[in-house]
Amino acid sequence: MKVIEKEKVQIFDAFNPFQGQRLKIMNPDGEIINDQWMPDITENRIIEAYKNMLYARIVDLKAVSFQRQGRLYTLPSNFGQEAAAVGSAMAIRRDDWLVPAYRELGAWLTHGLTALDYFLYVGGSEEGCRFGDDVKMAPFSVPISSQLTHAAGLGHAVNYKNGKEVVLTYFGDGGTSEGDFHESMNWAAVFGCPVIFFCNNNGYAISLPRDKQSKVEMLAQKAIGYGMPGIQVDGNDFFAVYKATSEAAAYARSGNGPVMIEAVTYRRGAHTTSDDPGRYRPGEEEKEWESRDPLLRFRAYLEKRELWNQEKEDKFSEQSKKDIDNQFAEYEARGNTPLEDIFSYMYKDMPDLLKHQMIELQSFQSRRKDE
Amino acid sequence: MAVMNLVQAVNSAIDEKLADDENVLVFGEDVGRNGGVFRATDGLQDKYGEKRVFDTPLAESSIIGAGVGMAMNGLRPICEIQFSGFIYPAFNQIISHVSRMRYRSRGTRTASMVIRAPYGGGIRALESHSESAEAIYGHVPGLKVVIPSTPYDAKGLLISAIEDDDPVLFLEPKKIYRAIKQDVPEKLYRIKIGKASVLQEGEQLTLIAYGAMIKPSQQAIQMAKKEGYSIELIDLRTIFPLDKETVIASVKKTGRMVVVHEAPRSFGVGAELMALANEDAFLYLEAPPTRVTGADTIVPLPKGEDLYFPDAERIFDAIRKTIKF
Repeated sequence: MKVIEKEKVQIFDAFNPFQGQRLKIMNPDGEIINDQWMPDITENRIIEAYKNMLYARIVDLKAVSFQRQGRLYTLPSNFGQEAAAVGSAMAIRRDDWLVPAYRELGAWLTHGLTALDYFLYVGGSEEGCRFGDDVKMAPFSVPISSQLTHAAGLGHAVNYKNGKEVVLTYFGDGGTSEGDFHESMNWAAVFGCPVIFFCNNNGYAISLPRDKQSKVEMLAQKAIGYGMPGIQVDGNDFFAVYKATSEAAAYARSGNGPVMIEAVTYRRGAHTTSDDPGRYRPGEEEKEWESRDPLLRFRAYLEKRELWNQEKEDKFSEQSKKDIDNQFAEYEARGNTPLEDIFSYMYKDMPDLLKHQMIELQSFQSRRKDE
Repeated sequence: MAVMNLVQAVNSAIDEKLADDENVLVFGEDVGRNGGVFRATDGLQDKYGEKRVFDTPLAESSIIGAGVGMAMNGLRPICEIQFSGFIYPAFNQIISHVSRMRYRSRGTRTASMVIRAPYGGGIRALESHSESAEAIYGHVPGLKVVIPSTPYDAKGLLISAIEDDDPVLFLEPKKIYRAIKQDVPEKLYRIKIGKASVLQEGEQLTLIAYGAMIKPSQQAIQMAKKEGYSIELIDLRTIFPLDKETVIASVKKTGRMVVVHEAPRSFGVGAELMALANEDAFLYLEAPPTRVTGADTIVPLPKGEDLYFPDAERIFDAIRKTIKF
């Protein structure tokens, strides 16, 4: 791995979104086509990145399969977007904040969440968001883009406390149409909050294609209107995502304020397990994106450099499957939510009104059991 | 002690907490340099600086949403919404995040924050400046909703709200911002959230009100007194969690209940109190509990205002009817 000298040119100037350029470093054949912007990253980290992506994909595919068996509930797959998820999350530190939407499994796993946490959440339990002290994440956020305001506020608090953390938050192409996208980008820019607004442009907001979502040529152009840098990257190219997010993190961490990154990717799966993309998406398009898959190209890159091979792939996959199955078994052993837990986490101290309602429900449930 | 009106008491509570806890921040539209359109934050930016008392862009969802993020990161934000009628762009934040943060994260994240908003009518204001939407928030699990009626209560309740580990919507009856002056301690003191106050003891009927409706209720009690009636007055102070104990004890004693609020009648605080009386004091009732409220209509502009809001005569009329039932 050759050591690249840190470039002098600011990447955000070089890829000004109004000049219509997308940052691409590795092509779908796994070849480095843009050595100039290759991130400064060790071989070990590169292998770790691939493993993170592969692990996330195995969790994802298994989750969809468990859902089909009726052992998990509705879930949004991250299939095909692993480079954007893992590449961005690997570019921040463990003490940085990650503010998710709901389709960034690879990022969450990279930032400290476990497959068990994920199974708990999509298995219908709030326990999936019982964060350990070492996991700096906000809970999953389903109302579109509403979490972006929290990212702005978290970043605001970092500045207030003279901290050095950054906040990485996610949303989709559809999310850029929401009012909270506007309010959050504006707030973060006005107050110079260290926030990376990471847009997973996966082509569709459920069924609505990207070109019907917004008239701008590149979603990253929107950043300019708020007075912050914006950059569009190939979201299926780990190196491009990692490079842009690393630069954004360094920029934000040095007190320059927020950055928006648009990662162009493709949701290879359905919106959720309840969705049928065949109703709105041509099969040829899906085929085309299959060839641009982020894992395929990453593996080709690694194999060309003899950093990876079939044997390693098999071994890692087997180990991962075993590990994930164990975590799934633990999830299934947990059972249903205890009645008290429905009431216990509403307020720090349970108000009498809630206590009475809890006792009423407990008493009915135990009478029903007795009968 | 200092003589303060309600808005000065609000200012004093914020002032004391800013001095007491460096994690407390105050922000909203025009709260900094201008000191708030009602002057609730007057002088605080000069005293504590722009990092702690600041003006935000004109965008309510981010005012409350950023507050959620700050609270997650250990701060205690006090967000001001300039008028409660402008809170709706932030409704998603309140319903989807502020109220749910503790629950959905199993207590590992909280939104301990205060959302202050002047509310209620009777000040001859423009459209969207006179509404009373407390029942909406009382219906949202996870929030606390507080409405003070005196300067003393306003300060003590607001300090409790700022120190509360759960989110509190603090609705300030703007009609009486300057109507009452009272001796208020200059230092920190607290009034418990979730506790109603019996303002006047009586034997024949329990009159329940809050906010700007306390004053006409007191006037109605004077009118009733002239006819020989003995009325108990409860200031609810907290909409959620309701102080069921105080309400039910009083209704059991008097056997009669009249609830007063400016807000529309249906699905309101009055309806909830009547349901509680029905559930917990049914056999003590001498007459049907009743309500004196705004109508299920839009709040009229100033030329219709006096017809709309409950006043002493209307309240007295309901008291007399209930006692004579």
